[in-house]
Amino acid sequence: MTISEVDLGPLWLTLRLAGVTVIVLLIIGTPLAWWLAHTRSRARTVVEAIVAMPLVLPPTVLGFYLLVLLGPHGWIGSASQAVTGSALSFTFTGLVIASALYSLPFVVQPLHGAFESIGRKPLEAAWSLRASKLDTFLTIASPMASRGYLTAIVLGFAHTLGEFGVVLMVGGNIPGRTKVLSIAIYDHVEVLEYTQAHVLSAGLLVFSFLVLLMVYTINRRLPIHVS
Amino acid sequence: MSELTARFDVTFPSFHLQVKASLPAEGITVVFGPSGCGKTTLLRCLAGLERSPDGFLALGEHVWQDEPNNIFLPLSQRPVGYVFQEPRLFPHQSVRSNLLYGWKRIPESERRISLDQVVEILGLDSLLERRPTHLSGGEQQRVAIGRALLTSPRLLLMDEPLSSLDIQRKREIMTFIQRLDKEFKIPIIYVSHALHEVVQLATTLILLKEGSVAAIGPLAEVFSQVGSRRVIPDSHIGAIIDTRVAEHDLEFGLTTLHFSGGQLSVPHQNYSIGESLRVQILARDVSLVASPPVFQTSVLNVLVATVMEIGPIESGQPFVDIKLDIGCPLLATITRKSLTTLKLHPGQKVHAQIKAVALTHDFLE
Repeated sequence: MTISEVDLGPLWLTLRLAGVTVIVLLIIGTPLAWWLAHTRSRARTVVEAIVAMPLVLPPTVLGFYLLVLLGPHGWIGSASQAVTGSALSFTFTGLVIASALYSLPFVVQPLHGAFESIGRKPLEAAWSLRASKLDTFLTIASPMASRGYLTAIVLGFAHTLGEFGVVLMVGGNIPGRTKVLSIAIYDHVEVLEYTQAHVLSAGLLVFSFLVLLMVYTINRRLPIHVS
Repeated sequence: MSELTARFDVTFPSFHLQVKASLPAEGITVVFGPSGCGKTTLLRCLAGLERSPDGFLALGEHVWQDEPNNIFLPLSQRPVGYVFQEPRLFPHQSVRSNLLYGWKRIPESERRISLDQVVEILGLDSLLERRPTHLSGGEQQRVAIGRALLTSPRLLLMDEPLSSLDIQRKREIMTFIQRLDKEFKIPIIYVSHALHEVVQLATTLILLKEGSVAAIGPLAEVFSQVGSRRVIPDSHIGAIIDTRVAEHDLEFGLTTLHFSGGQLSVPHQNYSIGESLRVQILARDVSLVASPPVFQTSVLNVLVATVMEIGPIESGQPFVDIKLDIGCPLLATITRKSLTTLKLHPGQKVHAQIKAVALTHDFLE
C-alpha cells in the first residue's frame, strides 16, 4: 500500500473543523474576554469558572451532555430540528459547537490575559484623543493584543485538532462528515493498519510542527511586547 | 472671559472628593496639594474618566456634564487634551502616528495646531519615524504633550507631566508650557505636588487638602493667604511677585526689579533688561518696623506697607503671620511678642524690611 492510497478525507475534515472552530471562538471569545478583563461585576468569577470547566472535565462528560443537548430530544437539537429539519448530533455543525465549547478556555484565557495586561491606560489615552470605544478597540486594543490573539488561534486550533472524546460522542464516526483525524487513526490501529496510521500521524506531526514554527517566527517579529 | 465651572462630589472607598469651583478659562491653573489629596481624581473628573453622581461641568457656555439633567459627554467627545503622568504612547505605532492619532479624528475645521508647529516647538523632528519604546522618558513625554496638543483642545489637563524628567528637560518643558499658554491660548489645568512648578507656572492656584479646596485664587493671593499654611510647607510660605528687570548696577553688582508696588534690589541677575522674573519673598525673610528705621539698616529693601490682616494666634505657637499690602500682597512671619510690642492692627502703616528675595527660576535646582 502506498501513501496515495491512504484516505486523506479525515485530514481535510479535521483542518476544516479546526479552522471553523477557531473563527467561531474568536467571534465569541473576543467580547467575552474583553468583558472579563474590564468588568467589575461579581458575575465575573462565575463566568471565569464556567469558561475554565472544559479544562478539568473529562471530554466524555462534556461529549455526553452535548450529545443529549444537540440530539433530536435535547432542546438545542429539537429547536434545530424544528427550523432546519435535522438535529445537530452526528453533523459537522454539531462538531463545531462541541469543539468550540471544548476549546473555549484555550481561546478566551490568552485573550483575557492580553486585554488585562494592556489595562485601561492606553484606552483612556485613546479616548482623550477623540477615539470612540469601538475605534479604540480596533486601533489600540486589538493590535496591542496581537500576541494574545496569536496564542489563542494556535491553542484553539491545535486543541481542536487533537480532540477525541468529545467528537466521538457528538459526531460519531461517519466518514466524510464527522470522521476526524484522531478517530481515523484510532480505527486504523484497531484493525492493525499501521501504515495508514503512520501516514496520518506523521502528517499531523509534521503539520503541527510547521504551524507552531510559523507562529513562533511571527511572534518574534511582532513589534510589541505587551505582556 | 469664559469660565470653567465645576461641581463634583464623589465618594471612593477610602476617599471623598468635594469640589466646587469657578476658574478663569485662561492661563495656567495649578492644582497643588500633598499626595493623596485628590489632585489626580479631580483631573479625572474634569476629563469625564470618573463620574460624580450629581456632578456639573461647563466650559463657558458648553456644558459637558449636568447630571440632574442627564447630560454627560464621555472623554472622547470633549475637546480636552490630557497629558497623563506617564506618557502612555501607543507602542505599536511610530511617533508620527502617535502624534497624528488625535489630529486625524477631529474635524478639519477645528485643526488650529499643525504637526509642523508641534514638531518644531517640541523638537521632535529626529524622532518622528521611531518607535516609542526606543525613546527616553523625556522624549516620550514630549511626544505625549504634542499628541494632546494636536487635537487643538479647548482645555489641556496635565497630570504631573514633569515628574519623570531630569532638571534640564524640566526647564525646557516648563518654558514650553508657558509658551503654550501664550501662543495657543489654551487654558491649562496642571496638577503638581512640586512647589517650584507651582510658583513658576501658575496664574491661578487651587490648594487641595483631603479632597476639598483649601484655597483658590490668583497665585500671589493664595500664597499670601494666611490660611494657606495648612497646605504649603512653612519654609515656602511667602508672597509671589511678578517683576521686570529694570536696571543693572555693575559697580555694586545689583539688579533692580520693578513690580506693581515699587522696586526691589537683588544681587546681580543674568537676565536682560525688560525680561520678566517671578520672585518669592518668604514670610520669614520679612521683618516689620513701626516707624521709618531711624538707625541705618543693612537691609536694602525697605517698603512702606499697610497691615491688612493678622493671622490666627495659636496658643503655644511663638509665631504669627501678618498679611500686608505693598501695592501687592506681602506676607510676614513675626513673633507674637513683636506683635504685642508693635501694637499692630489692620490699617496701620509699617515698614517692611525684606532680607532676601528668592528667584523662582532657581527653585528647580
